[in-house]
Amino acid sequence: MRIWRHRLFWPSAALVVLVAVNAIARPQFLRITLQDGELYGALIDILRNSAPLMLVALGMTIVIATRGIDLSVGAVMAVSGAVALTIIDGSGDPGATGTVLVAVVVALLVSLVLGAWNGFLVSALGIQPIVATLVLMLAGRGVALLITGGFITTVNSAPLAYIASGYLTVLPFAFIISVVVITALGLVERRTALGVLTEAVGINPEASRLAGVRSRGIIWGAYMVSGVLAGLAGIIYASNIKAADANAAGFLIELYAILAVVLGGTSLAGGKFSIAGTVIGVLIIQTLDSTILFLGVPSAQSPVFFAFVVVAVVIAQSPRTRNALRALGGARRPRAAASVQDRPKVEVAS
Amino acid sequence: MRADTPPIVEMRGITIRFPGVLALDGVDFLLRPGEVHALMGENGAGKSTLIKALTGVYAVDDGTITVAGERRTFATTADAQAAGISTVYQEVNLCPNLTVGENVMLGHEPRRGRTIDWRATHTEAERHLRSLGLELDPRTLLSTHSIAIQQLVAISRAMVLEAKVLILDEPTSSLDRDEVEQLFGVIRDLRDSGVAILFVSHFLDQVYEISDRITVLRNGALVGEYPVADLPRDALVTKMIGRELDDLEALSRSAHRVIDRTGEPVLRAEGVGRRGVLEPADLEVYAGEVVGLAGLLGSGRTELVRLLYGADRPDHGRVAVHGRPARITSPRHAIDRRISFSSEDRRGEGIVADLTVAENIVLGIQARKGWMRKIRKSEQDAVVAEYIEALGVRPADPQLIVGNLSGGNQQKVLLARWLATAPELLVLDEPTRGIDVGAKADIQHKVSELSAQGLSVIFISSELEEVLRLAQRIAVLRDRKKIGELDSGDVDLDGLIDYLANEGKGSAA
Amino acid sequence: MSAAMTGTVAAERPTSTFQTFLSRRAGMMPTFAALIILVLLFVGAEAFLRGDFITPGNISALLLDNAYLVILAVGMTFVILTAGIDLSVGSVMAFTGILGAQLLARGVPAWLAIVTMLAGGAVIGLLIGTLVQYFSVQPFIASLAGLFLARGLAYVVSLSSIKVENTGVLWLQTNRIRVGDWYITPTGLIALLTVAVAAFVLHLTRFGRTIYAIGGNEQSARLMGLDVGRTKVAAYVISGFCGGLSGLVLTAYSGAGYPRNGIGTELDAIAAVVIGGTLLTGGRGYVLGSLVGVFVYGTIKTIISFMGAEQSWMQIIIGALLLLFIVVQRAIVARSEQRR
Repeated sequence: MRIWRHRLFWPSAALVVLVAVNAIARPQFLRITLQDGELYGALIDILRNSAPLMLVALGMTIVIATRGIDLSVGAVMAVSGAVALTIIDGSGDPGATGTVLVAVVVALLVSLVLGAWNGFLVSALGIQPIVATLVLMLAGRGVALLITGGFITTVNSAPLAYIASGYLTVLPFAFIISVVVITALGLVERRTALGVLTEAVGINPEASRLAGVRSRGIIWGAYMVSGVLAGLAGIIYASNIKAADANAAGFLIELYAILAVVLGGTSLAGGKFSIAGTVIGVLIIQTLDSTILFLGVPSAQSPVFFAFVVVAVVIAQSPRTRNALRALGGARRPRAAASVQDRPKVEVAS
Repeated sequence: MRADTPPIVEMRGITIRFPGVLALDGVDFLLRPGEVHALMGENGAGKSTLIKALTGVYAVDDGTITVAGERRTFATTADAQAAGISTVYQEVNLCPNLTVGENVMLGHEPRRGRTIDWRATHTEAERHLRSLGLELDPRTLLSTHSIAIQQLVAISRAMVLEAKVLILDEPTSSLDRDEVEQLFGVIRDLRDSGVAILFVSHFLDQVYEISDRITVLRNGALVGEYPVADLPRDALVTKMIGRELDDLEALSRSAHRVIDRTGEPVLRAEGVGRRGVLEPADLEVYAGEVVGLAGLLGSGRTELVRLLYGADRPDHGRVAVHGRPARITSPRHAIDRRISFSSEDRRGEGIVADLTVAENIVLGIQARKGWMRKIRKSEQDAVVAEYIEALGVRPADPQLIVGNLSGGNQQKVLLARWLATAPELLVLDEPTRGIDVGAKADIQHKVSELSAQGLSVIFISSELEEVLRLAQRIAVLRDRKKIGELDSGDVDLDGLIDYLANEGKGSAA
Repeated sequence: MSAAMTGTVAAERPTSTFQTFLSRRAGMMPTFAALIILVLLFVGAEAFLRGDFITPGNISALLLDNAYLVILAVGMTFVILTAGIDLSVGSVMAFTGILGAQLLARGVPAWLAIVTMLAGGAVIGLLIGTLVQYFSVQPFIASLAGLFLARGLAYVVSLSSIKVENTGVLWLQTNRIRVGDWYITPTGLIALLTVAVAAFVLHLTRFGRTIYAIGGNEQSARLMGLDVGRTKVAAYVISGFCGGLSGLVLTAYSGAGYPRNGIGTELDAIAAVVIGGTLLTGGRGYVLGSLVGVFVYGTIKTIISFMGAEQSWMQIIIGALLLLFIVVQRAIVARSEQRR
């Protein structure tokens, strides 16, 4: 198999090019320094700052593999942050590690319940995923606001701050969390049959059910994983700003997460998925974000760049473009491009 | 015959290439006004490609299309329709959310200025429906009508377009006998009014009943064009598959095997049914026995096996497996009791199209083991290789994507999936529908061989000969009710048809 | 029914008027449900607030306050009827709003500014439609690109809010046509006119029927020889144009352009359309239903502010209502599938 046919070739190439461009434009980009046994540098920042998006995008990958989508991740982040900080704020000793641990566990449990709710709507009631998760997307931030009493809860707690800004040995703790989650998901995919069963459910739910696959359980589980990971992302986000901001937490993150999944080569139609692809997708987005910031563009304007990225990627992946390229490659095929949309989907989908 | 009438459609030397495949190789095809012309061939012979070339879906690489004496190239289906060529597909291609009248008239509604005149639209639609003998309220939603009615509505639509050529692509595969008769009545009327009809069907009976002329394709090439009277069935089949029919005919009538029915049956169902779906029915299947279910589509044959398998939930009845009571309300319960079920809807409920042959084959075993215990690679390879070999899956490459295989090979992969789970009872719903004759013979042989080794099978097929040949006992269903059981040694095809049509109606012929 | 059955086909004629109605108009049920909910909301609020709710002033304000959302919901209805979705509308509204305000502040004549706003919205719609139709991109993703683009462009035009001084544009909001205690503003008229034009187009033109046909079964629509490609693109252009129009209305309403406007408004528009009885699977629904949906949304908002409850309840209640409607729709679809 030729290397450029590999599904991860283009995403990896894009990431490498992006890093190279940065390295040429600002040589300090690649510099990593060791201070007091902790690593610093632009690349390290990217790895640390990517943690929330990484977690959300990984959960999204699994949901998308089941032919679903989870729009509620941003709202779940907001709820999770609100729950955790309200507990810490209300406790007698906000600085105690025990308090923070309890807060984190409770917030993750709440996120798990929210994910289970989405899973219930999708797998038990059979509601379209976009619509089912739209409910929580709309209502979730309202719930978060109710929890914080309509305010932005701020707390001063060293163990909380550690989650986003601390170091475990030489690496940022937030990055370690990402690595642990990536490894765990990768292991589950490789070592158990969950990966292929999830793909089967995503490609043909009814055939899978009749083959004895517990489709309902797998779909339900995917939304629960997505919920928990979003909850974890919400805690990291809250830890970073040391506050629970129900409106800003995870704002538009569902869209960036979906973008990361698509960039990583996983089709939104469900089925075949790639954890590694999503990791690369997230890194592309985070590097691009850092690049835009470096260019001095106000961060509010950065969506324009992402819009162009999305357009470029979807056009590159579209069957029309591929057919056009194939035609350029030599096969004589008069009117091929013109008749593309008349062809049955099955034939162009490959 | 009207061989002297000038053809309305003349396709000459049609060649179409897909990446890596020569789909049509210089095919000639003539269609004359006032004839019903059947286009025959195995799957992959190029029938649908030829139709799509004629209707403007595919571009032609080589060759000419002449319609009513004029050279044409159609860029879209709309162009072809404008030239008087209309198509009615197997899956009704109408809009279920719109009214019957709108479906008939869509895009051709009478207008006042730029606005649609709804009253005139509905009157016009009703007129067209009437002309086909359809008494329908054009203001009702299409989705409230049966598939057969929808198919006739689709033909009415073709009439609005003043079609001179009507292409019917497997229009009968989801119709019952009465509905087919209705459809054929309409087709004959249209033929007599001078419309040229191109008819594609897998049902030989129907082809012989309705057609005037047959064109046979094989592997993208033309075999020949024949008047029906000059082409006996066995000759037609021989031309379609390109070899003698001995294989199929030589299949030993496993029906004559003697079954020991003294012990506990593998499956005993008593009064299994569901309101509005199937009246309570009894069924017993013994070890090594093939029980055929005979009945028309919608007779309850598929419904019965789905209830037994737990694909749908029964609300009546008891089931015992090997004499022990069993509660089966989901496919997993059935699989745990070593019952396997292959659905009639191969694409929709059978294969997982984007996964490989190997992944599809092991899916059943893996689902049974649960996600925690992944089957080892070496074990997988062994199982997959064994079944590809045993069933003759072609191409014999376990890493191919199943969606790219032919229908017959997909069916073999499904059979492999179920056999790999070592079932004691295998339920096969229409395992041979829409697949080529060679694969059909392979599957029949396999079923016969496995049942001789002790596997119990419930076998459903629209082709009654097939049921008679394979099954020792035949349960007959009609109108969502089991009407009786026959020993296949005691009846022939005519007897079975008679029983199916008349038993219990008090008017047996 | 005519007694002389000339046909050979066993006709399934409904027997009672009620059945006739059901077999012809089953698709209207969800919209009726929305209407009933609206009435219940009114009656409930009136009873709860002891007669202070149903006043000409309040009801007039309902249209005034939600005119922008009515327009967005109309555009969204077109897209959802084709079984698509347009996530960009809130951002398009913000972009065109700030663009218009900026142009006016630079002294561009009002008519030119307005034309630019409408065209700007339509162009983003065209981009989304082209991606969907010609590059087979899922509507969700294509409109996501539109959302990013419009939101980013809004900030490119200006990072902060720009006040509108142009009397022509402000007139759209300040001029009140009064009948007794009832009043309507030109913005309200624009919204109602949009609904009327949309209803006309959807029900009385071939273009409109093609929209429904695509939502019913796109493959069929294509095989029936309808112009699926152009119609689908047009649906997104209409939605984008409505985004531009609502940008104008919102700018007039708030007297300023603000790049942070309309965050999450696409969700409100989708919710209003769904509550109004349009199925997200496409092909079924009415633009008048979407108007009712917006009124349900607006009424809940008014009730909440009357009761002095927190605005966070708004999101929760709309979410709950959306859930209710989705579950009901799901049940209806499941039942009609069973009948087959």
